[in-house]
Amino acid sequence: MSDGAKGLTRQQMCDRLAMEFQDGWIVNLGIGIPTLCSNFDFGDRQIIFHAENGVIGYGPLTGAGREDLHLVNAGGQHVTLHPGAAIVNHADSFGMIRSGRIDVTVLGAYEVAANGDFANWKMAGQKGGGIGGAMDLAACAKHVFVAMEQVTRRGQPRLVERCAIPVTARGVVDLVITNYGLYEITPEGMALREIAPGISVDEVKATTGCNLSIPSEVPPVKVRG
Amino acid sequence: MPKSKIFPTFDAAVADIPDGSTIGFGGFAVVGMPINLYKALAEQGAKGLTCVSNGTRGGATLPGDGPDMGGLITNGQVKKVICSFTAPTRASQKLMFSEYYEKGLIDAELVPQGTLAERMRAAGAGIPAFYTPAAVGTELAEGRETRVFNGREYLLEEALPLDYAFIRAYQADAFGNLRFRRSQRNFNPLMAMAARVTIVEVEEDILPVGAIDPDDVHLAGIFVHRLIKIPPPPEGWWPQRPAEVAKHEAERNAR
Repeated sequence: MSDGAKGLTRQQMCDRLAMEFQDGWIVNLGIGIPTLCSNFDFGDRQIIFHAENGVIGYGPLTGAGREDLHLVNAGGQHVTLHPGAAIVNHADSFGMIRSGRIDVTVLGAYEVAANGDFANWKMAGQKGGGIGGAMDLAACAKHVFVAMEQVTRRGQPRLVERCAIPVTARGVVDLVITNYGLYEITPEGMALREIAPGISVDEVKATTGCNLSIPSEVPPVKVRG
Repeated sequence: MPKSKIFPTFDAAVADIPDGSTIGFGGFAVVGMPINLYKALAEQGAKGLTCVSNGTRGGATLPGDGPDMGGLITNGQVKKVICSFTAPTRASQKLMFSEYYEKGLIDAELVPQGTLAERMRAAGAGIPAFYTPAAVGTELAEGRETRVFNGREYLLEEALPLDYAFIRAYQADAFGNLRFRRSQRNFNPLMAMAARVTIVEVEEDILPVGAIDPDDVHLAGIFVHRLIKIPPPPEGWWPQRPAEVAKHEAERNAR
């Protein structure tokens, strides 16, 4: 399935980010595309999933009819618990976040800027918004990864020089995966690291709204760990 | 002998709530949501309320007719909400709140989720304010006090005391010592700590004092004032299984 878009599927995008998770990492996944990271086969690596609502160490989604009605992840999905899981209240859960216990958060975004700013809580002209735990996570997780489509529904770039809509946090994004490729935010700006199969460098350039450092040979996005 | 904390009905437990109260509603994505107390408060009719909750709707697994903040809003009872979500989490979702908010009929304060939790914890812990790294450099921090500690900028946030906390628990003893099950805990103990009066809808039969081992108490009864055992449907409202919810939604969409 290509999700109706070119390049990587959403699962392939999340698989690529999940390959970066190190053994023993505490990982928090945002609502939407990022939740797919938990489908990745981590092999021998122990990955502990942290949910904002205080569920530490949750496992796969439950099958239909087998849900525990007292147990959801931060996306409201019914999940299972891994052995060794723990439940804490919301203040303790965000205490873990603010005190730097979370190794990586994977978030969706509307825009990511070349300076590592990103925006994901409020669309242009919208009254109100949806922050959830994103501002706490983005400000405090050791790494911030973003998973999003290369362009908006109207074909506008989401990778931009400066965010035009209200930001979630400034200068925090490390790595971005889109259906077109993998990008790293460096002190010098945004760099293309890997490119999706079937996508040309010219297509990447045409759909990116900021200066992009591009190596002479761009390796393909890794599709298996 | 102090007065019993056990109330016979939801109506009795919310009868004295005055107009203009600030009320915290616990729960996260339906789990731990005080759905019966929402319903009772809609029937009681107190107005000019400030409602504190993670969002203005229970989440995708609450059926369309499930009591939530939307009922209070359409009743014209809500003056202001304090939430971490005022927009739906899915583009396809429509919130009762949005209609009223866009017309300017309700005020809203949008707060990062961790800040929301900590503001209530602080209120319950006797701390008037604290500094947090969340929201620094964003629109939310514009014009507000920040301070640098160890080279990093933090935003000043004030405690959020509540007049009432409406919460749901798994087990309670008659003194109000509570246990929550799985992700039911979420905001519930924090709201209870922040509130002058905590009202709890309890899933299991209310236990005699001493029946919960002190080591197993998740929230001490000194933070709890009123307990109501949730009766079986139709008198009490319970969340449905997701499969039933899906069926319900499909039927509703077909109409």
